[in-house]
Amino acid sequence: MIELIDLHKSFGKLQVLKGVDLKIEAGESVVVIGGSGSGKSVLLKHIIGLLRPDKGSVMVDGLDIAEIDKKHLSDVRKKFGMLFQSAALFDSMPVWENVGFGLRRHTHLSDQEIKDISTQKLKMVGLVGINDIMPSELSGGMRKRVGLARAIAMEPEILLYDEPTTGLDPIMADAINDLIIDMREKLNVTSISITHDMASAYKIADRIAMLYNGVIIGTGTPEEIKNTSDPFIKQFITGSASGPITLEGTQYENRA
Amino acid sequence: MIVRAIEYIGSYIKGPVEMIGQIIMLFFSTLRVMLIPPFDVRIILKQMLEVGVRSLPVVLITAVFTGMVLALQSYTGFKRFGAEGLVGTIVALSMTRELGPVLTALIVTGRAGAAMAAELGTMRVTEQIDALETLATNPVKYLVVPRFLSGTVMLPFLTVISDIVGIIGGYIVTVTILGASSTTYMRTTWDYLEMQDIYAGLIKACFFGASMALICCHKGFYTKGGAEGVGKATTGAVVLSFMTILISDYFLSVWLFK
Repeated sequence: MIELIDLHKSFGKLQVLKGVDLKIEAGESVVVIGGSGSGKSVLLKHIIGLLRPDKGSVMVDGLDIAEIDKKHLSDVRKKFGMLFQSAALFDSMPVWENVGFGLRRHTHLSDQEIKDISTQKLKMVGLVGINDIMPSELSGGMRKRVGLARAIAMEPEILLYDEPTTGLDPIMADAINDLIIDMREKLNVTSISITHDMASAYKIADRIAMLYNGVIIGTGTPEEIKNTSDPFIKQFITGSASGPITLEGTQYENRA
Repeated sequence: MIVRAIEYIGSYIKGPVEMIGQIIMLFFSTLRVMLIPPFDVRIILKQMLEVGVRSLPVVLITAVFTGMVLALQSYTGFKRFGAEGLVGTIVALSMTRELGPVLTALIVTGRAGAAMAAELGTMRVTEQIDALETLATNPVKYLVVPRFLSGTVMLPFLTVISDIVGIIGGYIVTVTILGASSTTYMRTTWDYLEMQDIYAGLIKACFFGASMALICCHKGFYTKGGAEGVGKATTGAVVLSFMTILISDYFLSVWLFK
């Protein structure tokens, strides 16, 4: 179980998170929605300890990862797999080494064994015969799939998705949504995604939480969110430029 | 008024002071994680190949021509007061004490150091360094330690080669082109060259290699803002390394040759 308690984070004078509270049960799929620059990426980076909060706690299975030292943080991170927005593949190594990176660092498996596991994980995300290709030769969708294969290679308990469908064509985006659902069913993982793609959010979420102005302003099942009376959430999910949400704060994202 | 003046000065020195602090902290965390297994032998060897072996051709060419021009200039200069016999000594001392380590360090910075800053900078802006952390891998251990070690270890090796090749370059010009005596060149080289000259040059090389690697890794590590940021980080890394090498060279010389 993951619990964010009163999470605050500022960059210089800019307050990005102003007291986020969010609870994610084991096995649940939670999607955090919010506009560009609303601090979604900052929130996600706190969950895996890439950023430390100014105030508040990030409890992962009862352990506050905002407080623990680097050695223990490294152990906690083995529970996580993360798919980055741009996939963040290591461009100096072929696909199989990317997928098997964690295995090579943290197990004593031989190269052949790692390659076999990589083949198997790539197959799970629908890719065959690309083990020896360099990441620069892959398309955007394939890079995301390889990123996902790398995230699941160590069989994590929690998967984090940073804008999994951004930058993909609608068909590829839906295929990635299917994969996210697939991963959850096959691997029984807890999923936390951040996105502003509502089609994706409705499809993959058990529960949707909206981040606005540094706090979670509402949570609910996709059905509840669709039928919400909250004017902020309503404006966001319908994608209307007019409403209570102003476009201020767009500078947050670069600082994340 | 006074407060404003202090604020004004402070705004200029805050950045450099912060950077020096970060570099020192990076140095200590590099030393700390270096001793913790696993030891990334393969990555360290790959970096040594990059920093050492691949820099060799440029180092050789620079050293031979430096030795040659040094011999040429000092021969014509010294001839005016009949001291051309000391050309061997001048070349040997200049190469081992100063030009060997300094020029090698500058070349390696331009070649391998710039590559370190650009590679780490690109990894930073494309979130690859974050990805390393999410894969429970310490980026300092994985990225900085191999580069730091290869800089510190390979620079002295390259310097020894540079010293030898520079002295050979001097010999070629003095003996075969200017027609001076081979025996005199050899004798004045060996008679006045002391082991301490060579050791001190190598200590300098170690220091230059370590500081170059740390500065370039630091600049890469703290890159912000896309392609432009990577460009700035790379330029900044090279400029700061050059300045560090040249300034510290003076102080190291004061300390090592007192």
